[in-house]
Amino acid sequence: MWEQQVAFSVLALAIGSAAIGVVRSRNVVHAALFLVVVLAGAAAIYILLAAEFTAWVQVLIYIGAVVILFLFGIMLTRAPMRGEGSRLDNDQRWAAVVVSLFVLGVLIALLVDAFGGQDIHFSHTLVNLGRTGSVGRDIFRVYVVPFEVVSMLLLAALVGAVVLARKD
Amino acid sequence: MTLALSIGWGSTLAIKTIVVLTVIPLGALILGYVFLLKMMSHMQSRLGPMDPGGFHGWYQLVGDGLKFLQKEDVMPAQADRRVFAVAPAVVVMSTFLVFLVIPMGPDLVVKDLDVGVFYALAVSSLSVVGVLMAGWASANKFALLGALRAAAQLIAYELPLLLAVVGVVIQAGTMSLQGIVLSQQHGKIFGWGGLGEPFLLTQFVGLALFLVASQAELTQTPFDMPVAESELVAGYMVEYTGFRFLFFFIGEFGTAFAFAAIAATLFLGGWAIPGVHGDWANILGPPVLFAKLMIIAFFMFWVRFTYPRLREDQLQAVAWKFLIPLGLANILLTGLFKVAF
Repeated sequence: MWEQQVAFSVLALAIGSAAIGVVRSRNVVHAALFLVVVLAGAAAIYILLAAEFTAWVQVLIYIGAVVILFLFGIMLTRAPMRGEGSRLDNDQRWAAVVVSLFVLGVLIALLVDAFGGQDIHFSHTLVNLGRTGSVGRDIFRVYVVPFEVVSMLLLAALVGAVVLARKD
Repeated sequence: MTLALSIGWGSTLAIKTIVVLTVIPLGALILGYVFLLKMMSHMQSRLGPMDPGGFHGWYQLVGDGLKFLQKEDVMPAQADRRVFAVAPAVVVMSTFLVFLVIPMGPDLVVKDLDVGVFYALAVSSLSVVGVLMAGWASANKFALLGALRAAAQLIAYELPLLLAVVGVVIQAGTMSLQGIVLSQQHGKIFGWGGLGEPFLLTQFVGLALFLVASQAELTQTPFDMPVAESELVAGYMVEYTGFRFLFFFIGEFGTAFAFAAIAATLFLGGWAIPGVHGDWANILGPPVLFAKLMIIAFFMFWVRFTYPRLREDQLQAVAWKFLIPLGLANILLTGLFKVAF
């Protein structure tokens, strides 16, 4: 078990410092690049938890598409170079601190309440649960209704985006 | 005959690392030499690359390499230094990561992941981050425009690429590349199993989609707007010289090598040869895979040296109005056949 602990500590340290980089950096593009590190670290943690499929979905969707769209949007609008970008700061620092502490508290309380006493061991059952086949069976047999609801929601969002973007 | 090889965990890892680290630059050089220097020279009657070194211009590539090594490492004054320096490494890293799942024989694979082909496409999408970093950090409007074009194009063509692969995955019943090779090796054509069943026979639409989409992912002509030399000089690479440019070159041709290898594995049966099993498959696998991937690469570069460039709006129209609907129809049809038979 200690290998996992060490790997988790290294990852947590990297993710934590990159996350601080996201909010501290004065340049929007740098912030987006720090976000890449944060998301890649999250993918690595999924692998530690034997959720391989989820990990690579995270890489493909979040790094390969979402962050690319962020960068694309930033560069298409103003692409700040060196020295610019100090306008990024605003006066909501303390409100942000309060909100993030609140979210942290809620998450800790939830996780302790749900899994507090359990000790999850790395085993072949766990690895098999993370396999693509079992993930697919779960989605399309057990959770097929939520899956369809989510896909309708995404479709509605897509149509909405088209409607908002079209001027005529 | 048995190859009784028992190697420890550490040395296996070391051997695998060395193999991956050599295969990619080597593959990039082979593609650059055979197709860029020789095939294009023959097709377009270019005499320059046929001259250096006497026999068929064999020295040209060595000369190019030496030229890159001795060039000055120029960095634009306004550039974002760290991002500028890291960008080529990000592009090359995504190329290296793709190779981890490509099997070269029954036992010759770095790691046969359960999510195999999905993993390969996910890490290959990381190169876009490097391209955007390079274009933005160069502090040059041509570079920025090139990077923006590249991002729009790579995102649009990732979809047909994934959809093309889904047909194969449905037919094989697995995403592991090793599993896809085995299911082709053990397949039967109308009950006759002499040749196995390469998915080329059933997934020819998928193969066509995959080749078109990978052409766009590699930013090769007719989809080379991001590096269009007549409009944007060289797009996101315009400020890069010497060794850093060489990184982009290896990234480009190494990715072409990787995509050709993936296409050969998905549609032509990978390392499998009819009637060869066990250790002989391990020995003959790599050359067979190489031969198959060179056939695929020949088509990719043939198109590259033949067609003129599309317009930006035509590029997007091809992806969204033609390739993606075709890919979805292919998936639907494959699913129907899978359920019916």
